[in-house]
Amino acid sequence: MIYREAGQFKTSYAADQAIFPIAQDRVLAVCFLAAAFLVPVAASEYWLQAVLIPFLIYALAALGLNLLTGYAGQLSLGTGGFMAVGAYSAFKLTTTFPAVNVLVVFVLAGLAAAAVGLLFGIPSLRIKGFYLAVATLAAQFFLIWLFNRVGWFVNYAPSGTISAPPRTVLGVMTTGPHATAAVRYWVALGLAVLFALIAKNLVRGRVGRSWMAIRDRDIAAEIIGIRPLPTKLLAFGVSSFYCGVAGAEFVFLYLGTAETLAFDITLSFLVLFAVIIGGLGSILGSFLGAGFIVLVPIFLTNIPHLLGVPLPVAIQKEIELMVFGALIIFFLIVEPQGLARLWQITKEKLRLWPFPH
Amino acid sequence: MRPRIATIGLLTLVLATGPLIAAAHAQSKDVFIPLLVYRTGPYAPSGIPIANGFVDYFTLLNERDGGINGVKLVWEECETQYDTKQGVECYERLKARGPLLVNPYSTAITYSLIPKASVDKVVVFSMGYGMSATSDGRWFPWVFNFPTNYWTQASAVIRYIASQEGGLEKLKGKKIVHIYHNSAYGKEANPALEELARKYPFELTLLAVDHPGQEQKATWLQVRRINPDWIFMSGWGVMNQVAIKEAAAVGFKMDHFIGNWWSANDSDVVPAGDGAKGYKGATFHAPGTNFKVHAEIVKHVYDKGKGSGRKEEMGAPLYNRGVVNAMLSAEAIRTAMTKSGAKTAPTGEQVRWGFENLALTDKRLEELGMKGFTHPIKTSCEDHEGNGPVLIQQWDGKKWNIVSDWVAPMRDIVRPKIEAAAMEEGKKQGYTQRDCSKEK
Repeated sequence: MIYREAGQFKTSYAADQAIFPIAQDRVLAVCFLAAAFLVPVAASEYWLQAVLIPFLIYALAALGLNLLTGYAGQLSLGTGGFMAVGAYSAFKLTTTFPAVNVLVVFVLAGLAAAAVGLLFGIPSLRIKGFYLAVATLAAQFFLIWLFNRVGWFVNYAPSGTISAPPRTVLGVMTTGPHATAAVRYWVALGLAVLFALIAKNLVRGRVGRSWMAIRDRDIAAEIIGIRPLPTKLLAFGVSSFYCGVAGAEFVFLYLGTAETLAFDITLSFLVLFAVIIGGLGSILGSFLGAGFIVLVPIFLTNIPHLLGVPLPVAIQKEIELMVFGALIIFFLIVEPQGLARLWQITKEKLRLWPFPH
Repeated sequence: MRPRIATIGLLTLVLATGPLIAAAHAQSKDVFIPLLVYRTGPYAPSGIPIANGFVDYFTLLNERDGGINGVKLVWEECETQYDTKQGVECYERLKARGPLLVNPYSTAITYSLIPKASVDKVVVFSMGYGMSATSDGRWFPWVFNFPTNYWTQASAVIRYIASQEGGLEKLKGKKIVHIYHNSAYGKEANPALEELARKYPFELTLLAVDHPGQEQKATWLQVRRINPDWIFMSGWGVMNQVAIKEAAAVGFKMDHFIGNWWSANDSDVVPAGDGAKGYKGATFHAPGTNFKVHAEIVKHVYDKGKGSGRKEEMGAPLYNRGVVNAMLSAEAIRTAMTKSGAKTAPTGEQVRWGFENLALTDKRLEELGMKGFTHPIKTSCEDHEGNGPVLIQQWDGKKWNIVSDWVAPMRDIVRPKIEAAAMEEGKKQGYTQRDCSKEK
């Protein structure tokens, strides 16, 4: 009843092609965005620093991987490596050119990651599916090895760690220890919203359609005139760009310092889980999946505290891992198409509510 | 459709109850200390004894003395799995409870917390680990790494090797291999070793072992090829036992294989069986349970059923390290409280002063039941490290025995390096150097 679009006539192509064609969706989206920007007013530092900022960063990385895996159908396990490229190039750029705005640095770092992604995307023309996953796995291990061995990337720091130097944007401290959690949250949110919008428009347009054609049947796509190599490479490039920006944010807005261990294979898997749980081929799904992988472990860790049951931390951690694993399996059985599909079903039900037929 | 409804319900519950969590804590009158531990994962063999030693000593203080100067100690463990992301999450969660100090127990987490903690006014106490450069308190007022840091330890181990070879000049041309965990922790000793290798020209080879350290075949193949005179290892967790097993398998002389103080615990040598006999390790306190403090822990903690581990596991080097770490933390807090004279928990700023003006004498160690257990320490504004000497312990197949006197580090080489590194690191962070003559 509430969610009924009866009477909403579309009189122009623009209205018909809008991202949110239904008025209720538009209202919801605007309200949600406004709420998201107002969160720092109410949220504690813990929530911003340990939950929301990593959520936004994982969401951006998941968005990148979703473009590649969900839309273009190219399975990749190199996400952690591409994020590392973003992080290390952002570090190199901002220490070499301290005057450059750190947001510009993020974008440049994304471009660097995109270049590396293009390079590792070349084999995708010849190898497919699981074999491609193995090839990208090689990228993951090679990149981490590279950053670990070559001192130049860390400015020859003996410990091999990179740390976010203090940088300001428009006079406001944005990175480094003195940047408040709220500012870092706003930056992460702004970037996530901007890039989600770009991604949404990419996948609705010619590029996205060609990606999906390649995903669904590459030979058929070739026959109707889509050139596989540039299309696949573009997917790798755009995806790596997103991952690179997410990697730069990972160090600059979230951890503050990082070593290569932070970008190891577990990160790649975590982002892949987020994409699969959230929903392959869905922009919203990337956010839902990232929410799942960030929130659920924290929620599980805190349950014993909430219930007042003092469990030893080791048992608590084991339980957390088991429940998290079980939940992943549960969700994949109940809804193989991910959380985004659940949202879609909810919307369909709302449409008929309260008079289902 | 049912499971879908259940799923949606479950998700809503997670989202709705989540925000309640953080609001649950409030500041208390007690001394609150967050413990970042790792009792699971590939580093658990090292993490468990430390955490147990820590908790047992704090329990002892609460049970026997009613806390520090009558103020109860409260702590909360948070599992990090030796992972920086989880460590940062732990720190942020426990920060809401007003911690006075934090023991990260991971060099990588320490690196992450150093910039944050000074803003939050929380002391970072990385006892014998973390960033060596933070020993210069003029640049890092909130970070302490006494009794010694990795560079100091490396210099002491080289001095020990020299004494075994018959003098520093005998080091010339000797082949020494450093096998290290390929992380911020493992790499930390490298610059000092390289400097020493230049000064007393020995052939240094650096061999990295990647996380988590179960796979070392390639490393030991290289060791066989190099055929070094001595091996020094900076390992952690499961990496240690694998390395010791591999060393035994390739027939390396175990008494020429020295682990740093994170690589010489019972859990590291026992899996290698007889092969580990003769393996050495650095330490800054004695192993075993022959000290008054252990009897007190048994009496006040284990006999009351409040022990955190098994009684038989007491006295392992890492357990004792946990005890030393807890004792040093408690003594610094006590110093702070004695100065302020307050009967409530001190502030972060006061605790920082306590750490900086810690003077742990032999007499005080005797009162604590730790005479001969560890050595006296004095810290200052410039020196957050105390320049502590190092002991070498050796595994005889059943237990660790101390086989050296206190080995003095080479301060003349290490300290200038620390000061230079501190300036570099401090400038990177945008810090300014304190003038120590103005501190009181």
